[in-house]
Amino acid sequence: MFAELLQYLLSGLTIGAIYALAGLGFSIIYNASHVINFAQGEFIMIGGMASATLTASGVPLPLAILIGCGGAMLVGVAVAKFAVERARNASTVTLIIITIGASIFLRGVAELVWGKDFKRLDAFSGETPIQVLGASMQPQSLWVVGTAAVLIVAIGLFFNRTLTGKAILATSHNRLAAQLVGIDVKRVVLASFALSAALGAVGGAVVAPITFSYTEMGIMLGLKGFTAAVLGGLGNGPGAVVGGVIVGVAEALGAGYISSAYKDAIAFVIILAVLLFMPNGLFGKRGTERV
Amino acid sequence: MNTLLHGRLTGLLALGAVIAVLPAFLPNNFYLDIAILAGFNAVVCVGLNLLIGYAGQISLGHAGFFGIGAYASGVLVGVYGWPPILALLTGAVVVGLLAFLVAKPILRLKGHYLAMATLGIGIIVSIVLRTESGLTGGPDGMMVEPFKIFGFELYGEKVWYWVVGVLLVGVVWLSLNLIDSPMGRALRAVHGSEVAAEVVGVDTARFKVLVFVVSAVFASVAGSLFAHYTGLITPAKADFFKSIELVTMVVFGGMASTFGAVVGAVVLTLLPQALTVFQDYQQIVLGGILMATMVFMPKGLLPTLAALLPARRRA
Repeated sequence: MFAELLQYLLSGLTIGAIYALAGLGFSIIYNASHVINFAQGEFIMIGGMASATLTASGVPLPLAILIGCGGAMLVGVAVAKFAVERARNASTVTLIIITIGASIFLRGVAELVWGKDFKRLDAFSGETPIQVLGASMQPQSLWVVGTAAVLIVAIGLFFNRTLTGKAILATSHNRLAAQLVGIDVKRVVLASFALSAALGAVGGAVVAPITFSYTEMGIMLGLKGFTAAVLGGLGNGPGAVVGGVIVGVAEALGAGYISSAYKDAIAFVIILAVLLFMPNGLFGKRGTERV
Repeated sequence: MNTLLHGRLTGLLALGAVIAVLPAFLPNNFYLDIAILAGFNAVVCVGLNLLIGYAGQISLGHAGFFGIGAYASGVLVGVYGWPPILALLTGAVVVGLLAFLVAKPILRLKGHYLAMATLGIGIIVSIVLRTESGLTGGPDGMMVEPFKIFGFELYGEKVWYWVVGVLLVGVVWLSLNLIDSPMGRALRAVHGSEVAAEVVGVDTARFKVLVFVVSAVFASVAGSLFAHYTGLITPAKADFFKSIELVTMVVFGGMASTFGAVVGAVVLTLLPQALTVFQDYQQIVLGGILMATMVFMPKGLLPTLAALLPARRRA
């Protein structure tokens, strides 16, 4: 009974860590540019596919992850520079369509480069399950949760301690004022896309041994990252992380106790309930609008 | 006012004329079939355009409403033996109520929350349709009985073409009237500045809810008729990608332009047929076209073309 519950909690935490990273990516880009980047899931896919295919052709794992991460960052910057930035003054709907177009485009390119079939990436430190109070845990889960935790702390430090991080925060609070004190707002947007892409790609690489890599792996991971971000209050970084963990754990519990067929629906049921009853997300503040 | 009314009539007559003469240029049923599919998409897009273009909100789940309408017809007629028209109306009422219940609290918020909520509804609907295979036939879909009314059966492309044509003209006429009503003018104020509209006493949330419900009902009715026309309905017609496709049609054709929505629906229904020659590059080309249109014509196809032809626009 307890072992079963613990089992669900552990697997929920693992997948929740990936949702948290994706949600954080949504929040960072939303803060810097007020764009909902629906290509976020494709960054995860690029990380997963690149590390799986590169290690298969003999590249050492850390280098493969690094290359995947760098590739995703380049793609992120390209999307920001050639699509989002050019449509700066367009409506939010237009910007959403641009990022959706980018994600379809990237999936198409990925299919061309890597093919449609599932790619396998070996677990980083073996497959011998670890026994925890009667529940068993894949060692890869520790990698996923640990990596996510390190990245989240690093992002927190980056925003609070470094000048670039503070510049991004300043831009998200007031774009014009940030520009007036000499912050290069355009570079902030590019940096935010690069940062989100890196988060997604690393997440994709560490989760690949559990989920397999395929060109459509980013769709659901990305959408659930979006629910995590909205759950925590859009633009609220720590909120997105908590939202991700909540979505992941609820999904694992729902799949275990209610119905595994409806696993993918659970995140969206939660978000609908929250929007209907707590309309600003769990941690969003009720803002007043300046006219 | 007179010129506005005039312009509205001209557009409607032009649309009617195109629909009337088009079959003469379509060599066989294959082309007629594509025209009918474009017509169904156009009906949904005209409604969605009211929401996106005039209420400034986005729905990422309209295919879900389309799917509810389609499956209401499929299940109620096929499994429970209801008359098709009753099934269609039931679907429309259910979708209208659902849209109302969801929109009422959410449309009071600013920003992307309706996008999130509709995305959620769409995905939940498509998962339910895939999973409840006892009723819906699961991922493979279900057969749908033909549409019969007063002992008369709608059958064949030639009949359906006129059904969809009349439906489209009716939906466009309704939308143009809605846009030009006092409520429509209020909506444009909402899109311009919500706060300003509220200050002068416009109940913005109420209008947005109404438009959302109307657009969802359009989608449901189109879904019901579509199911009867094709005779086969699958959950793919209700999923996230179909929703994205619909939004894309509206934005591509031109937001806040009813005829733009029709043009967008027609062009993007034809595009995949044309893109089959690209085979493996299909997704790349589609994604590329989406991005390029939005970057270079952020207002969409028709408004951009109209701006190039100022003289004709005044006529």
